[in-house]
Amino acid sequence: MKVSLRVENLRIYYRTLRGYVKAVDGVSFEMGDEEVLGVAGESGCGKSTLGNSLILLKPPMTYMEGRVFLDGEEVPIWDNEKMRRFRYRRISIIPQYAMNALNPTKKLKVLMDDLLREHGSDFKSHTAEILRRLKMVNLPESVLNMYPIELSGGMKQRMVMVISTLMNPSLLIADEITSALDVSTQKAVIEMLLEFKSRGFVRKIFFITHDISVLYQIASSILVMYAGKLVEKASTDEILEKPFHPYTEMLISSLPKIGIKYGERKLKGIPGQPPPLLKPPEGCRFKDRCPYRHSKCDEEPPIVEISDDHVVSCWKYA
Amino acid sequence: MEAISTRRELLFFALRNKKMRVGISIFTFFVVLAIVGPHLTGYDPLDYVGPGYHPPCREFWLGTTTFGQDVFTQLVYGLRASFFVGLLGGGIATIIGLIVGFFAGYRGGMIDEILMMMTNVMLVIPTLALLIIIAAYLPYRGILIESVIIGLTAWPWTARAVRAQTLSLKTREFVDLARISGMNSIRIIAEEIAPNMMSYIFMVFILQFGGAILSAVGLDFIGLGPTRGISIGIMMQQAVLWNAIQLGMWWWAIPPGLAITLIVGSLYFMNTGLDEVFNPKLREM
Amino acid sequence: MMVLENVTKIYRIGTFGGKRLKAVDDVSFEIDEGEIVSLIGESGSGKTTIGKMILRLIRPTSGRILFNGKDIGQFKKNELKDYYRKVQGVFQDPFSSYNPLYKVDRIFDIAREEFFPDIGRNEWKNRIEEKLRSVGLNPLEVLGKFPHQLSGGQLQRLLIARALVMNVRFLVADEIISMLDASTRIDVLNLLAELKDSGLSILFITHDLSLGYYISDKTVILYRGSIMEYGDTEKIFNSPAHPYTISLMESIPRIDERWRMRSAVIQGKEKSIRNGRMCKFYHRCFKGDESCVEPPLIEVEKDHFVRCSKIGT
Repeated sequence: MKVSLRVENLRIYYRTLRGYVKAVDGVSFEMGDEEVLGVAGESGCGKSTLGNSLILLKPPMTYMEGRVFLDGEEVPIWDNEKMRRFRYRRISIIPQYAMNALNPTKKLKVLMDDLLREHGSDFKSHTAEILRRLKMVNLPESVLNMYPIELSGGMKQRMVMVISTLMNPSLLIADEITSALDVSTQKAVIEMLLEFKSRGFVRKIFFITHDISVLYQIASSILVMYAGKLVEKASTDEILEKPFHPYTEMLISSLPKIGIKYGERKLKGIPGQPPPLLKPPEGCRFKDRCPYRHSKCDEEPPIVEISDDHVVSCWKYA
Repeated sequence: MEAISTRRELLFFALRNKKMRVGISIFTFFVVLAIVGPHLTGYDPLDYVGPGYHPPCREFWLGTTTFGQDVFTQLVYGLRASFFVGLLGGGIATIIGLIVGFFAGYRGGMIDEILMMMTNVMLVIPTLALLIIIAAYLPYRGILIESVIIGLTAWPWTARAVRAQTLSLKTREFVDLARISGMNSIRIIAEEIAPNMMSYIFMVFILQFGGAILSAVGLDFIGLGPTRGISIGIMMQQAVLWNAIQLGMWWWAIPPGLAITLIVGSLYFMNTGLDEVFNPKLREM
Repeated sequence: MMVLENVTKIYRIGTFGGKRLKAVDDVSFEIDEGEIVSLIGESGSGKTTIGKMILRLIRPTSGRILFNGKDIGQFKKNELKDYYRKVQGVFQDPFSSYNPLYKVDRIFDIAREEFFPDIGRNEWKNRIEEKLRSVGLNPLEVLGKFPHQLSGGQLQRLLIARALVMNVRFLVADEIISMLDASTRIDVLNLLAELKDSGLSILFITHDLSLGYYISDKTVILYRGSIMEYGDTEKIFNSPAHPYTISLMESIPRIDERWRMRSAVIQGKEKSIRNGRMCKFYHRCFKGDESCVEPPLIEVEKDHFVRCSKIGT
C-alpha cells in the first residue's frame, strides 16, 4: 500500500475554562492512496474533531502535538496562515451541516467565484468544468443563478459536493454527510461520491460517520475511535468479520439487521457511557464498559499490530 | 452545581468583556451620582442660590444659570428624574411588549392577527407626534404621567421582536411536551418560554430604558415635560432658551447633554457587550 | 384502539398562503391494543405530522382520529386531559425535549401536578424510581441532574419512564432513536418491545427500515403523504410489492450485503407528465407509465395492501 496520508501522534484539545477537553489524544494512522477510510465511533469520541483538525483549527480547538504528512509533504496544521495553501486546493471538506453552509444572500455563481478567487482563481476559468460536473450530478445549469434557499435539500447536498471538490483535492473529508438523510438519498449521495473518486476529482476520502453499515458500503478500511483514542483499524471486511477490540465487537453486534426480529433474537447495546474527556480515566478508556476488564487495564494499552494493516489497542492482545 | 457554574461562567465573560466593563463603569458612575448627588448639595434645584452667570467654582461646582440656580444640583436631581423615567417608562414598554409578543407568538391564529395589527398601527404612528398631542392635552404633567405615556407608546417593536423569538421557541420539542402534559398556555409561556428568553428580555429592557430616557429628554426639550420640577431635558431647554452657548456658559450647556449621551451610550455598550456574553459564538477566547 | 379515518392535513405555504401543500393525504390505518406499528417514510413524507395529529398538537384539515371510538378532535378540557393521561409522545431530539433551564425531574413533577394531584409526593417518588429502574436507569445517577449533564440515551429513557409512570396506554415514538448512538439505540428499542409485551400500543415513526422490522407487528410505508404499502411487517419485508418499498429495501445499508451501485451518477429520469392525479411516486418509478392514475390501495394478500397500478400486471 502506498501511504499518502500519515498522521503521527496527533493531539487536538478543546480549551475550556475548566481545563482541556482531550478530544483527539494521540492518534496515529496511515491512509493509502485512492483509499476511502471510514471513521466510526459514538458521538463525542473525537472523530469530527480529527477530521476538522486536518483542514482548519477553529478555536477553542487547540493543537497540542503531532504531525501530518500528505503525499510526502508535511501539513502545518498548527499554522493557520500556512494552511491556506492546502485548504480547499489539496484538502477539502464537506461539513456536517453542509446544507446550511452556503451563504444565503449570494447567488451560487457569485458564491463560487468568491471561493475560487480566495484561492487564486475565478469562476470564468472553471466554467466549463463546473457545467460538466453539474450535469454529472443531475443539476441544471440554471442553479448557478439561484440563491441557496431556492434549492431543495438534496440539490444543496449535491451542490456542496461539486463546490468542495472543484479543485480536485487530494483528500476530501466527509463529515457525517449522510446521517440526516433517508436511505434512498443516502445511497444516491454515496454513489455520487464514489463516482467523483473514480473520475479522479478526489483521490482519497476520509469518511466520518457513526453508522458502520454505511461504512461497509463505501470504505476500504475502518478506523474506530473511542473517547479520543484509536481503538482499532483494519480493512473493512476484516474488521466486520473478526473485530478484535471488545468495543468494536460490541458496536457491530448491536446493529439491527433485516431478518432479525425482537421476538426471535434480542440484540444488546453497550451498557454505560463514554468517559468525560475533561478528565479521562487512567489506562484504557473503555475499561468501565468492558466485559473483559482486568487489572492491567489501568495502564495505557499498547497498540498491537495483529496482522499487516490491522492494529488494535487492547491489553487482550498484548 | 452546574447551573451555578454556568452562571459563573456568564459572569466571568461579562466582567472580561471590554464593552461591558466600560458600559457598567459609566452607568454605575451616573447611578451613584444620582443617588449621592442630592445629599452633597444643600440647595434645591429650582432655588436661586447665588449670583447668575457664575462659572464653576468651589461653591458652585458646575457654576450657576443666568438666574443663579446651581447647575450641579439641577444635574443630579435631573439624573434622578431621568432614571425614574427610564425605569418606569422602559419597564412599562417592556412589559406590554412582552405580553403582546408572547400571546401573539404562542397562540397564533386570530389572536396573533389582531395583536399584530394593533402593533403595526402603533408602529407607523410617529411616536413623538403622539406624545406631543397627548402631552399637550394634559393640564398638569408630572414625571409619572410622562413615564406612563412614553411606556404606552414605545412597546411595539419589543412586541414584534418577542413574537419572533416566541415563534422560534415554540417549535422546540419541550413546548410540545408541555402541551401534552396538559399545561395551559399561560403556564407554558411563563415557565417554559419566557425563562429561555431572559437574556434577550434583559437586553430589550436596557434598550427600552435608554429609549425612554431619550424620549423624555425630547419631550422636555420642546417644553412638554413636567410642569414642575427639573429634568435633564428641561435643563437643556432652559440653556438653549437663555442662549447659554452664545453667552459662553459652557458649564450650563454642556453637562446635561454630555450626561445623557454618556448614559445612553453606556447602555448601548452594555447591550452589545451582553450580546457577546450570551452568544458564545461572539466571545473572544 | 387508535383509528385514523381519511386523515388529511393541508398547509398553506408561500408568501400569501397561496400555495397549498398536502402534507398528509387521506391516510387511514389503525393500531390495536398491544401492537407496535411502524410508520416509515423519508423526510417530508408526513410521518411526523401524523404523529403530531394523534397527539393533537396539530389539527387535521379533514378526517377523524378515533381513540377507543371517540373523535379526539371533539375533546374539550377535561376529556383532553383524560386523553393525554392515556396517550403520550416521545420526540426525536432528546436534548430539545427538555427545557434546558430546569432539572430533568421537572417532567415528572409536571405530570403529577397536571394529571395525578391526588398522589402523594413520596408515593410518586417511589413510582418514578421503580420505573426508572425498569428502563435501565439508576435513579441516583439521573434525578436532580440538568439535561446537558445526561446523554441522549438517558434522556430518551427518562421520557419513556415518564410515560410508564403515567401508565399510558398509547405512545407515539417519533424518530426517538435516530439521534442516539448505535450502542444505546438497540437498548431503547428493546425497551419499547418489552413495553408492548405489557400491553402498551406504540406508533413507531422512523425512516430506518431495519429498526422498524426489528420491533413492529405492522408497517405503514408513507410517500409524500400517502400510504403506499401497509400491512403485516413480515409480509412487507419478505415480499415488498410497491416499487417504492422495493427501492427502499435496496437502499438499506446492510453489513451482510453490499449495495449494487449504479455506475452513472445521474439518477431518476425526470418524467414530463404533469397531472395532479398521477401516482405520487410516478416520477421516480421504474415501472411508471401514463396509466398510473390515482392508484387505489389494493389488498394483494391477507393483511397486505399496496397502492400501485402495476400490481398483477
